[in-house]
Amino acid sequence: MSLRSTILEQIRAVAAEQDKTIAPLTDDLPLLESGLDSLCFAILIARLEDLTGQDPFNAGGVSRFPRTVGDLVLFYEETLV
Amino acid sequence: MRKPLSEVTSLSLLIEAGAAAGRVVATRDHALFLDDFATASLFGDDLDALEGRSVVLFVGDMAMAAAALIDLDGWARRIVLCPPGWDAAKLASVVIDAEADALVHDAEREAPKVDVPLFAPCRLPMRPLRKRPVATRRTEWVLPTSGTSGPPKLVVHTLDSLMGAIGAAPTQQWATFYDVRRYGGLQIFLRALAGQGSLQLSGVDESVDSFLSRLGDGEITHISGTPSHWRKVLMSANARRIDPDYVRLSGEIANDSVLESLRALYPRARVEHAYASTEAGVVFSVDDGQAGFPAAWLARKGAVEMKIVDGALRVRSSRIASRFLGADAPPLTDEDGFIDTGDMVERRGERLYFVGRRGGIINVGGAKVHPEEVEAVLNAHAAVRASRVFARRNPIVGALVVGEVVLRDAQVSRDGLERDILAACRAHLPAHMTPALLRFVADLPMTDAGKLARHG
Repeated sequence: MSLRSTILEQIRAVAAEQDKTIAPLTDDLPLLESGLDSLCFAILIARLEDLTGQDPFNAGGVSRFPRTVGDLVLFYEETLV
Repeated sequence: MRKPLSEVTSLSLLIEAGAAAGRVVATRDHALFLDDFATASLFGDDLDALEGRSVVLFVGDMAMAAAALIDLDGWARRIVLCPPGWDAAKLASVVIDAEADALVHDAEREAPKVDVPLFAPCRLPMRPLRKRPVATRRTEWVLPTSGTSGPPKLVVHTLDSLMGAIGAAPTQQWATFYDVRRYGGLQIFLRALAGQGSLQLSGVDESVDSFLSRLGDGEITHISGTPSHWRKVLMSANARRIDPDYVRLSGEIANDSVLESLRALYPRARVEHAYASTEAGVVFSVDDGQAGFPAAWLARKGAVEMKIVDGALRVRSSRIASRFLGADAPPLTDEDGFIDTGDMVERRGERLYFVGRRGGIINVGGAKVHPEEVEAVLNAHAAVRASRVFARRNPIVGALVVGEVVLRDAQVSRDGLERDILAACRAHLPAHMTPALLRFVADLPMTDAGKLARHG
């Protein structure tokens, strides 16, 4: 499974568990408008760390945060290279 | 010429001293013009009836709470500041411990059923007041904090102890993500009132995006929030709508990543992280851009003294609370007058870093979770023999709750079991307390004393 589909699948899984309705996951969808709250994001990032072995938010020297779904995917893709 | 802060005895006098046209404390829904307090009050002329009383402030709207604080400080004997979203069931013990004889509540809602002789329903806008009484009483400010179990602890402050870290300042236009009914927000509320500027407050149901957008339409110079709030700002497309001179973080451990990111976002701003608690007051703030604080500060003599006992920080200063209220309340300080903060620190080189709460209280985006409470729910599940709940570090909310479970029958099919146990948690616990991840393990570590080992 591609990294992108793993991430999108986990977003949907976390939203379902937390009883959130989410917007269609397009690349330009701002994360803050996706329907996920910060707890959902927190859980998503922990799950992705378990699945990919990486937490790009805590990678050294990072001083930016993803804004959109596309940014988030790119963020993991760049870290995992 | 305005009086020095040390000579101002109440909030209404403070506002009078800093009178300037157009000063406002505003939420999205309401604006309180500070000049109006000379001729109006949240209670109208019913303010008279609250004189000298011990008043429980139980209102939903933050602007209403702010108005009540200005009205009641120096006028009531005691103000108990219930945090937002509080369950009315907690009021019974609070009313007894605070010897309350009045309760302020939303006029739009039914009064909570508690035993007080006077109910003061209120609503905004404020009502006319014949004459603002001169409020010079040394009102006690009571801030409830949640304990491990049982009723909330009632922490007593005075305006002096609350304002101990606040000096005179040039005009500052403040904004905060906090609620003014919690210590961190109250500090900003008082800073704003002590200054010459205004204060913008974020509503409970207002997103970070729309708050930033609203702030962007005005002029904000100073802004405060928890590291979790700031991580949301860093993810917001509206982050650059503001261009503050000063950015403050408090309420959680600030790590290097969030500090660096904020400096990159607001290169003009002084970024400072503060350490404070309801009991210990404002202890210090750090503006050298790094997480933690200089170990040399332990040797400082001055307004605030610190020492480390068994790995936890203890604090003595004029900003600490004076006591806990209630007949069975424990002493607040040790015999030398130091408060045990329960915050564990670790020395690395010349710096000290906060590593968490003693006893493992988990701080999920500012909400406290006691692992024992979650374990009790897990352990109540028919398939569970034992469980251990602990924090997992998280870049978004600081920490997440995760659980390990030992099954009663190791041979039982695990299909659907994780889902079933988590569903039981969700039925009994709020979302932030429900384990974000659950693992099945064969055994749990124990200490020599036969207790569940919480660390490592």
